[in-house]
Amino acid sequence: MRRRAELLRRLRAFLDGRGVLEVDPPLLSQGASTDPGVEPFAVPLPGGVRHLITSPELHLKRLLAAGSGPVYALTHAFRAGERGRLHNPEFTLLEWYRPGWSMERLMEEVEALLQETLPGPPAARRPYGELFEEACGLNPHAAAPDELAEAAGAQGLRVRGLGPEDGKGPWLDLLWSHRVEPLLARLGRVFVTHWPAEQAMLAELAPGPGVRPVARRFELYVDGLELANGFQELRDPEEQARRFEADLRQRRARGQALPPVDRRFLAALEAGLPPCAGVALGVDRLLMRLLGAETLSEVLPFPWDRA
Amino acid sequence: MATYGTNDLKTGLKVMIDGDPCVIVASDFVKPGKGQAFTRVRLRNLKTGRIVERTFKSGETVEAADVVDVEMQYLYTDGEFWHFMVPETFEQHAASKAVMGEAAQWLKGQELCTVTLWNGEPIAVTPPNFVELKVVQTDPGVRGDTSSGGSKPATLETGAVIRVPLFVEEGDVLKVDTRTGEYVSRVRA
Repeated sequence: MRRRAELLRRLRAFLDGRGVLEVDPPLLSQGASTDPGVEPFAVPLPGGVRHLITSPELHLKRLLAAGSGPVYALTHAFRAGERGRLHNPEFTLLEWYRPGWSMERLMEEVEALLQETLPGPPAARRPYGELFEEACGLNPHAAAPDELAEAAGAQGLRVRGLGPEDGKGPWLDLLWSHRVEPLLARLGRVFVTHWPAEQAMLAELAPGPGVRPVARRFELYVDGLELANGFQELRDPEEQARRFEADLRQRRARGQALPPVDRRFLAALEAGLPPCAGVALGVDRLLMRLLGAETLSEVLPFPWDRA
Repeated sequence: MATYGTNDLKTGLKVMIDGDPCVIVASDFVKPGKGQAFTRVRLRNLKTGRIVERTFKSGETVEAADVVDVEMQYLYTDGEFWHFMVPETFEQHAASKAVMGEAAQWLKGQELCTVTLWNGEPIAVTPPNFVELKVVQTDPGVRGDTSSGGSKPATLETGAVIRVPLFVEEGDVLKVDTRTGEYVSRVRA
C-alpha cells in the first residue's frame, strides 16, 4: 500500500511537472461507452439509469474540446465481468491527453514516465502485423475471418463459441492473446503500433502499408503484460457516430446490453476536438510489475472478492 | 443437465468436454485491451488422466459433469472386476481393469480408496497415498555392489515390482508411496 501511494504520487508529479492539468471526471455518467469489448455497470437510480465509467475518455475529450489544454485523470474505472489474474472489475487508470501532439511524441512521453517509475531498457517499436505474422504465420490485415479460424485450428487452439460469422475482431483477439502475447512476453518492452482498422476504437485511421488502412493506435507491453493503450484521437464527428452505430449493431447481434450513446461527447466533437493524442495506463498493472507480483489482486488493497 | 457459465469455471469444477468428464486444473481470464474476452482452462480428463486445454468465448455455457469422489473400501477382485464398498451404506461398486489402471497393483484388500463416480459408474480409483506390502521375492543384496546404484528390484505380495535398497529381504514389509511407486521405508523385518 505504501508503494501504491508512492507510485500515485510519482505519476502525479510527472504529469504536473510537465504542465498537464489534473481533472476529476465523474464516475456515474449518463452516456456510456458503446464498445462491444467492455461492459459498463448500469446503476439504476431514481432519475434513471446511469453508468459507471469504463474509462474517463469521453469526459476528458469534452474538456479538450472546451479548450482545457493538456489534462489527465487518475481515477477508478469499472468494467463488468472482467475478473482474472490480470483483471479486476474496478481498477485504477491514469489517462492523459496532449492537444497538438502526435502519437509518436506521446509514446516518447510514455517512455519517459516508464523510465521514471520502472527504469529499464527503452521499449522497442513493432508493428502489430509483423508480430502477428511472426507468431501466427499470416497477415492479420488481409486475412478473412475463416482464414483466421483456420490458423487458430492449425495452432492447436480449441475454442468454443466462436465461429467465422463472429467477424475478424474476436479471432484476431484470440490469436493475439493466445499466440502473440506469449511472444511479447519474451520481447521485454514493446510499443505495438499499426493496429488493424477493426481494432481502431477511438483512434484515427491512416493509410497502411497495403491498400488497407491501419489504426493510429499504440499499446505498450512490458514482458507480455499490456500496460497502456494510446490513440491519435479520432476527431471526425460523423465517423465517430458511425462507429458508435456499428458498435451498437454488433452489441444487438450478440445480445449484449445497449448503453446510451454519449450525445454530449458527439456534440463536443461537432464543436471541434483539437488534434490530440491520448493514452490510458493501467496503474495496478504497473504496480504489479514494480513489485514483481504475479496477480493483480496482490497489489489491490481490496480485490473484488473482499471489496 | 446443469450448466456453468464461463465466469463459474474455477479450479476443481467438473465439466463435460467432448463427451468425457473433466476436472478443471487451471483457469484464466484472457482479454486483450477492450477486445473479446475468453476463459482459458486446463482440464484433466477424469477417464484418461490426460491434460487438455480449451478456450471458451465469454458467455458460453459448459455442461456440468455429474462426478463425485466417494471413499470406498476395496474388497476383492474376481480377475475381471475390482469390487469396492461404501463403508457407511454397504453399497457396492465394481471397477474394470481399465478403470483401475495403476491402482490395482497396490491393493490387497481392506484399503480405503477414493473412487470417482460419473453418473454412478466408477471411472477412476485412487489408492491410499501410502500402502504397506510384504516382499515376496528379491535377490540377496551384494555388499559393495554399486553398479545398480545401491538398489535392486523387489516383487511385492500384490505383484507390483519396485526398486528397493540392498538391505531389504524377502518377508520384509515395506511402506510404498503409490503416487510415485517408490520405496519409503521398511516397516518391520
